[in-house]
Amino acid sequence: MNEEDIMLFGPPKKIKEISFGVFSPENVRKVSVTTIIQADTYDDEGYPINGGLMDPKLGVIDPGLKCRTCNLKFGECQGHFGHIELSRPVIHVGYSKEIYDILKATCKECSRLLLTEERIEHYEEKLRQEGVRGSIRQSIISDVLSEAAKKKGVLKDSTCPHCGTDQLKVKFEKPTSYKEGDKKLTPSDIRERFEKITERDARLMGWNTEVSRPEWAILTVLPVAPVTVRPSITLESGIRSEDDLTHKLVDIIRINQRLRENLDAGAPQLIVEDLWELLQYHVTTYFDNEVSGVPPARHRSGRVLKTLTQRLKGKEGRFRNNLSGKRVDFSARTVISPDPNISINEVGVPDFIAMELTVPERVTSRNIERMRQIVLKGSNAYPGANYILRPDGKRKRVTDITSDILAEELEEGYTVERHLRDGDIVLFNRQPSLHRLSIMAHEVRVMPYKTFRLNLCVCPPYNADFDGDEMNMHVPQTEEAQAEARILMRVQEQIISPRFGEPVIGGSQDYLSGAYILTKRGTRFTRSQMDQMMYVSDIDAVLPEPAGEEDGKPYWTGKQVFSLLLPDDLNISYKSKICQKCDVCEYRDCKYDAYVLIEDGVLKTGVVDGATFKARSNCKLLDKLVKDYGTDVGRKFLDSVTRLILWSNALIGFTTGIDDEDLPKEALNLIEKVLTEGKDKVKRLIESYREGYLEPLPGRSERETLESRIMQALAEARDKAGTISERYLGMNRGAVVMAKTGAKGNMLDLTQMSAALGQMSVRGNRLHRGYAKRSLSSFDREDLSAASRGFVSSSYKQGLNPKEFFFHAMGGREGLVDTAVRTAQSGYMQRRLMNALQDLSVRYDGTVRTNDDIIVQFMYGEDGIDPAKSTYGKAVDIDWIVHKNIKAKKGA
Amino acid sequence: MSKVNIVEHELVPQHIVLSPEEEEVVLKKYNIDRNNLPLIKSTDPIIQELEEQLAEQSEDEGKVSLKGRIIKIIRNNSPAGEGVYYRYVIE
Ligand SMILES: [Mg+2]
Ligand SMILES: [Zn+2]
Ligand SMILES: [Zn+2]
Ligand SMILES: [Zn+2]
Repeated sequence: MNEEDIMLFGPPKKIKEISFGVFSPENVRKVSVTTIIQADTYDDEGYPINGGLMDPKLGVIDPGLKCRTCNLKFGECQGHFGHIELSRPVIHVGYSKEIYDILKATCKECSRLLLTEERIEHYEEKLRQEGVRGSIRQSIISDVLSEAAKKKGVLKDSTCPHCGTDQLKVKFEKPTSYKEGDKKLTPSDIRERFEKITERDARLMGWNTEVSRPEWAILTVLPVAPVTVRPSITLESGIRSEDDLTHKLVDIIRINQRLRENLDAGAPQLIVEDLWELLQYHVTTYFDNEVSGVPPARHRSGRVLKTLTQRLKGKEGRFRNNLSGKRVDFSARTVISPDPNISINEVGVPDFIAMELTVPERVTSRNIERMRQIVLKGSNAYPGANYILRPDGKRKRVTDITSDILAEELEEGYTVERHLRDGDIVLFNRQPSLHRLSIMAHEVRVMPYKTFRLNLCVCPPYNADFDGDEMNMHVPQTEEAQAEARILMRVQEQIISPRFGEPVIGGSQDYLSGAYILTKRGTRFTRSQMDQMMYVSDIDAVLPEPAGEEDGKPYWTGKQVFSLLLPDDLNISYKSKICQKCDVCEYRDCKYDAYVLIEDGVLKTGVVDGATFKARSNCKLLDKLVKDYGTDVGRKFLDSVTRLILWSNALIGFTTGIDDEDLPKEALNLIEKVLTEGKDKVKRLIESYREGYLEPLPGRSERETLESRIMQALAEARDKAGTISERYLGMNRGAVVMAKTGAKGNMLDLTQMSAALGQMSVRGNRLHRGYAKRSLSSFDREDLSAASRGFVSSSYKQGLNPKEFFFHAMGGREGLVDTAVRTAQSGYMQRRLMNALQDLSVRYDGTVRTNDDIIVQFMYGEDGIDPAKSTYGKAVDIDWIVHKNIKAKKGA
Repeated sequence: MSKVNIVEHELVPQHIVLSPEEEEVVLKKYNIDRNNLPLIKSTDPIIQELEEQLAEQSEDEGKVSLKGRIIKIIRNNSPAGEGVYYRYVIE
């Protein structure tokens, strides 16, 4: 709240309670500043007509005019309600259901609730009980209504317990007419009845008589919304175009007037009734133009009018579009694309966006010359400025014409809204914003072209790819917000996930296979290649001694290059992703070079792959760098290693092709033999089942036993086939390198490509549905064989026959449906969890409390440990501390 | 059917009734009043059991009510180790 607001409205007040009720006619007249009697808006000269729908007392919509009621200017006056006195009462559509409920539950003669005094007291007692609120209260009320309603239309006992009058059945004809027996009930009849309802009865039917009376659900006077709610627009041609609500109100006033004239003239009943019904129609559609059973009111052009309900409802309505989700200033949205040459901390911002979004910068004695230069550039050149703010608050647009005058005018204390420039901090976001890391702070890098650029390592937390994804950017406007964003939200501060305490930002795909190629045994680089790699990856180190000489020329190994990225005192060992999990690990003598050993910052043995720096996969090295050396070192490592690998990949090359899945003839024969054996085994199982020899498994029927034995036999056969093919799939094949290093795919995928797909399944069972007792019409009924129940013995490379192809599609469909259902369900669950937990916070004493200080946990997570700052769930890594101390002692 | 002594069941964490002095220490430590504590109903089986035990120990006959008291709960079944909770007995 600013000072001006405080002067106008007084100091901020705390809302104690809000009560909701039905607007009474008395209140409608009380808030009204004028009664509207004219159906017209403006006169011939273009002035609003007094007593018309655009009465100047209703507020101002023209700049320069003052409000006839409150004397405030356009934009300051919020507008004032008027009212229309209706010639005859009409039903309010929003309450038609409630009106029906009351009609059913009350006596047609004395208006009492159709319950005996005894029952009334019983229900009153129930409602009085403590804690009766919300849905419990609602269910008691609906019990009251339905019990009372039973008195009507039931032949025996259909009399009022209070006055003894026989009751008739009430029928509701949607949306606004009611019939009692054969007689139509007019709104006037209904209102008369409702006026007689006692306070006690009304309360029992759910009406809080302090704020609402049932008869107020029938309108006798209609509020007219202020003009500010339904402004008229002047088209370029000078013709005024009125808001849909105004059109509707014109209709209401016209019919209201004609009805009054006919009533005054004593017109025949039939004509009056027709007009009354027409008035009801217009008032109904004024509130809601999508009521079922009512033709929607249309504009002259045939367009359906948007009335009150339509303004609020749905995705484009006030709630979802203007209250829950607002559009904000200082933000931009465009397509994203990758840029491996910028830091993970940066975001590439297109120049045309940088010239639209601005940062306010205060002019001081130190920057005044620079600010002058910026203002002088104007708003159409980069780096320029769009506005300057004078100390008195006056804002001036910088244009090509005014730029030199404004630059001259600049003094200390002015503020310049300058274009975004390199190094500015911005918030970057990708929907759906499911976790904290969906919005992170990046440093701006202004670039040509039209897309946001981001480093590939930050794709995992955003879950972003480049198949057309768009992202949003927001520019913090105060120094405080900028500092907060930089310290708390910067990408490098988010490398370790707060959820599982491991890196969520890190290498993927080509970086991992490339790292393997770079660091495997036998990779050698010349002097000039070393120079290139050290240059592009920004390595600030002395060229190490060459590993050896070949043909009289020195060479360096990939492991040497990689070591240049590591801190000098780093010591760590772990197993690579490519580890074959040998029975006895030979550590540094591993024949696959899968044991990573780093001593004093030198990679002695082992290859670098997914286990070193892959995002979200328990990578060891990146994790250690960030936790022990800080986020700066972690960020620097990622920036450098990715650029290094990019370059080495370009030098060495890496490819995959269909021949990566080639198997020699003898392997294919072996695989076919294994699969045939499997299918034969299935045949024998079926035979023994048919002959009744099959021993049932405990708790299973013979049929179930057969099914599980078949599945087992076929899975075994496929696994054997896979193992055979794996024997031939060595690291000389690109696809295998990708699978083993964690870059893309896995060995199962590769064996499915080279050997056989195996069993297709739906809900964990072999395929059996489709035709009666068979999966496809090309099999015999009750055929339980492997082929007829969806076992695919072809590989992707060989190709599937038509039946196999269809089975494959059946299995594939299940996967698609599952993911669709899962995302919908988990999304809803997440929303509910977030709503329940969003206000909890960890306090300085380690407790978790709600916003009104109720304790939820006495120690966050019961141990007070932040996963992002701990090593594998422990507050301190004792091994590491001991190790470091011993090292330090030895050194001393 | 024999009655199970829930206090001794391995899945039931240790519940201790705090003395008024201990209550004050806890409330002071977290700078709160009773209403800011998590709640436990007096109809909760463990509270009924504790009330029975207290009634047996006290000399004068009759029911003991724990309503309004604070219970200390020591849980030891989470990966984080020992966790101490306090609950305020209501109704
Ligand atoms: Mg995408
Ligand atoms: Zn006004
Ligand atoms: Zn009656
Ligand atoms: Zn090994």
